[in-house]
Amino acid sequence: MQRNPYLYILAMASVTYLIRVLPLTLIRKEIKNRTIRSFLYYVPYVTLAVMTFPASVQATNSPISGWAALLVGAALAWFGKSLFVVAVAACSSVFLLELFLR
Amino acid sequence: MKNKINAAQYRSGIRDGVPIGLGYFAVAFTLGIAAKNAGLTAGQATLTSFLLNASAGEFAGFTLMAAGASYLEVALMEAVANARYLLMSCALSQKLSPDTSIWHRLLIGFDVTDEIFAISVAVPGRLNPFYTYGAMTVAIPGWAIGTCLGVIMGNVLPARLVSALSVGLYGMFLAIIIPPARQSKVVAGVVLVSMAASFAVSTLPLFAGISSGFQIILLTVLIAGAAAVLFPVADEPAPSQKGGEG
Repeated sequence: MQRNPYLYILAMASVTYLIRVLPLTLIRKEIKNRTIRSFLYYVPYVTLAVMTFPASVQATNSPISGWAALLVGAALAWFGKSLFVVAVAACSSVFLLELFLR
Repeated sequence: MKNKINAAQYRSGIRDGVPIGLGYFAVAFTLGIAAKNAGLTAGQATLTSFLLNASAGEFAGFTLMAAGASYLEVALMEAVANARYLLMSCALSQKLSPDTSIWHRLLIGFDVTDEIFAISVAVPGRLNPFYTYGAMTVAIPGWAIGTCLGVIMGNVLPARLVSALSVGLYGMFLAIIIPPARQSKVVAGVVLVSMAASFAVSTLPLFAGISSGFQIILLTVLIAGAAAVLFPVADEPAPSQKGGEG
């Protein structure tokens, strides 16, 4: 990292805080524009999906365990398991598989 | 009398915040590993987590920092990655009594996360800010300490364990995006298209010149924009905010 990490953190924190606090303090009416509302509705799904794949498959020591984590996590999430359970299960499946993959 | 009500609300916020804080702790641990990989110290990572409380935003930020992105790129990434908080903040503003002071609004705004939002907006009637403060009291340290330990212990832990923990965050992302995808074919389609596009962009030599951070911004704006035009959301886009993350 060639740049100043504290300036990075400051930039991240300021933008994030402004996003969170501006509507609470300024806008007291509901957003009426349907397209903007829809865009904001879809944003988390796209961002998180893009960051999850293919990165999750490449994050582990072996692509096989990465795929296992992805599939186990997706299956448990599909059945409505909590954030905590899904995260732990994804980690555990990588750990257990990699015991045998050596 | 008013103080008594506020104290009771604060305690009930703490109670509802405990499972959130515990979940944050575990997930933030893997975020700490990501921060360490990006070259941050434990102090810097903890400060980031204390100030941001945003897993996707922090993760994206760390990725960009590691890539040596510009400050503007990082700021832009945060704006895109955390854009949903804008919507939640709007919804929360409707939940507060109109005479809620600016100080309360500034404080609540500090910790609008998926989970804190979810429990705050689910309170019957108007939201008492002290309820949210109670949840924040547990959730923020859980997130910050988890991140700190992730950076420190990531060093000590065997490579096999680090490999396992590195997917924790992705597991969390899946827990946020999959349940709404099960309920809505459009969301499911958006998730699948996003993953396919992400895979294409990361493999095709055509896109090799674009930084990974900018790829995320580009894909988000394009795909979410297209989805908004093609499949505008009917009324309250609230269901998405039930899943959640820090």
